[in-house]
Amino acid sequence: MKQIEYRVSPVPCSTRPLKFDETLCIGCNRCAGVCQCDILIPNPEKGRPPVVMYPGECYYCGACVMACPREGAIRLVHPLMNQAKFVPVKKTDLVDKNAG
Amino acid sequence: MEQTYKWPYENEAGQEETLTCDVLVLGGGLSGCFAAIAAARRGQSVILVEKGVTERSGCAGTGFDHWESACTNPCSQVTPEEIAEAYVREQDWFSNGIAHYIECREGYDRLLDMERFGGKIRDTEDEFAGAEFRDDETKLMFAYDYKNRFTLRVWGSTFKPALAKELKRLGVKVLDRTEATALLTAVNEKGEKQGAGAMGMNVHTGKFYIFRAKATVMCMSRPARVWLFNSDTVGLCEFRPLQSIGSGHAMGWRAGMEFTMMEKSVRAEFSAAGRSFPPYGTGNNHNTWYAATMVDARGVEIPYVDRDGKELKTVSERYYPAPGQKFFLKGGVIDNPKYEYRGPETLDFDTLMKRGYQLPFYADLSRMPEMERKVIWGMMVGEEAKTKIPIYENYKERGFDPEKHMLQSYGTGWQSASFLEQERQFFGAPGGVMHDWDMMTNIPGVFVAGDQIFASDCAGAACATGYYAGRKASAFAGKQEKLLSCSPEEARTEKERLLAPLYADREDGISWKELNMAISKAMQNYCGGVRCEALLREGLDLLDQFERDMVPRLTASNPHELMRVHEVLDILTVSRIVLYASLARKCSSEPLFFRRSDYPQMDPPQWQRHIVLRQEEGKVLERNVPLDYFGSLKEEYEKHNQDYLEGEEAYIYETD
Repeated sequence: MKQIEYRVSPVPCSTRPLKFDETLCIGCNRCAGVCQCDILIPNPEKGRPPVVMYPGECYYCGACVMACPREGAIRLVHPLMNQAKFVPVKKTDLVDKNAG
Repeated sequence: MEQTYKWPYENEAGQEETLTCDVLVLGGGLSGCFAAIAAARRGQSVILVEKGVTERSGCAGTGFDHWESACTNPCSQVTPEEIAEAYVREQDWFSNGIAHYIECREGYDRLLDMERFGGKIRDTEDEFAGAEFRDDETKLMFAYDYKNRFTLRVWGSTFKPALAKELKRLGVKVLDRTEATALLTAVNEKGEKQGAGAMGMNVHTGKFYIFRAKATVMCMSRPARVWLFNSDTVGLCEFRPLQSIGSGHAMGWRAGMEFTMMEKSVRAEFSAAGRSFPPYGTGNNHNTWYAATMVDARGVEIPYVDRDGKELKTVSERYYPAPGQKFFLKGGVIDNPKYEYRGPETLDFDTLMKRGYQLPFYADLSRMPEMERKVIWGMMVGEEAKTKIPIYENYKERGFDPEKHMLQSYGTGWQSASFLEQERQFFGAPGGVMHDWDMMTNIPGVFVAGDQIFASDCAGAACATGYYAGRKASAFAGKQEKLLSCSPEEARTEKERLLAPLYADREDGISWKELNMAISKAMQNYCGGVRCEALLREGLDLLDQFERDMVPRLTASNPHELMRVHEVLDILTVSRIVLYASLARKCSSEPLFFRRSDYPQMDPPQWQRHIVLRQEEGKVLERNVPLDYFGSLKEEYEKHNQDYLEGEEAYIYETD
């Protein structure tokens, strides 16, 4: 069988599930090692955060953050369209007249 | 120009290795881990093959919050027979009685196992001491029916790492990042086809594996991405993990395995790549959020009613059966239960509209007693599935405080969106592999558990059936003197099939995403909620065209993409099974959720049966099996499990 060379380039995506804080990340690659969807690859430069190669394949499970030894080094955020709205609780004197 | 990186893992395309064991487990989710543990406890040599990473793989990788049907826990007021039979009746007999009964009968044993491995199943820190849902003696906590206490609230985020550790301790050989792609079969002494192991590849290196085993347990996922696909945010298309797409179903079909109920799918409930929001991340009062207080736009509380329509005055009453009712059912597969099993629920939507309630609705936990609020937001949301980081932590960061804020609801149930009838999903106990009381398939030596089996659901069932199949596979392996010899030709053909996309002509190539998009559109067009013979046949014809013209053009640049290509090929196979199964059932069906415009009659008596399908050399063969083929649950279970009933402890402690 002919030997072929593997190639990999980041696949563009309209959302950015993961953000790394380079000042906190120690480049241990625990997150890349545990990612179920295998969207990260270790950075070729040692000590730097992994490269998010396949952001669109993120399943938003949070296993990467749970495995990270440095709190705050990775942020996982749902796409803007998926951020549910919340509002202050409403106090009301209205009652359902049919209740009962 | 796009940046190209050097592939960070070894290049082992073309290389192969043969590994042997007594029991081979395919899939390392909850059921696979428990299958491997059962076999290892019985002294079998075990290999477990997992496409992701066992520590966090599968639907419950990052957690789950409630364990259903633990009927043998010390606080339970129901019997395994009562609950298993209730599920069967609730599902109109299109139900896996065997799996339900195993879950009811052995589920709590598996929870105790989980605790031994380091998982948290009790409120050991007394965080909820004195709460109505907690038994202060055992520190077990309950959900839904506080009187009967058979659903447990658990700290599922601790489970997968604990299971992975136990596999290591027991000496199970775990191959992470390795995808099983095909079953190996051979002809046994009796001249029958028998399982002989499987084949697969490493999804980092491309290395090809041949696994030879005396018995195989398939614990892979249910299918997905058959109707729902979004090429941009692929990972959010479905409810379950991206990598869980039903490869076990596809490889089983290719090997001649029998399936039932594959014609069942439901109108989609979740696709956060589109209309819906992340599961458990919006205001609702179902499942994890049961029984949250709901309010309308004005802040007026939405009443809960019992099954007789009586309005309930207190929060506490939402957790108790109605007068004269023994127990009620709630949970993963219970959508709109029959009167007999119906629990407290908010007043139906139409009545609310007539009475002047205004959209949008919200979940307002601030109105609930402290313990109920804390257990929903902080324990259940936090432990369930993918909620700990993306919901619980992120909402907190955005400023959400359950004492001060209410969270918006986007649908009338837990789904958070309404889908079209042709947008479908394998949800609510879908079809899968047919099996007997040994969890064995029609191929001797091949066993099934978890989401791989027909009409089963939820974590407790996955763990219980996994362990059960693992011990049956061990017994089978124990009777085999040697490994069956396999054809080298079969392995060579599979290896070529697997690697082909790496070598395909890129100039003329198509990507896995393009094929997945085409399949899901085809399935929406030809196999939606309303079906007929001609439509289904057109669908098959189109998929045949894809197979013939497009599959050879699929390309991949590395083993990761190769894995995605093979996922879509498996989706193509599963789609065909669905079309064949839909053609075979010549009636409309309520429990299977579709209508046939050419056979409009709903569930006529002659169609009250399983239509079991398999393929042999490209031909689809069917046979009929009665819906009650499992017989009397208690009697049959006890007949098949005297060894377990008499001496499971020996296996548990022997290796400690």
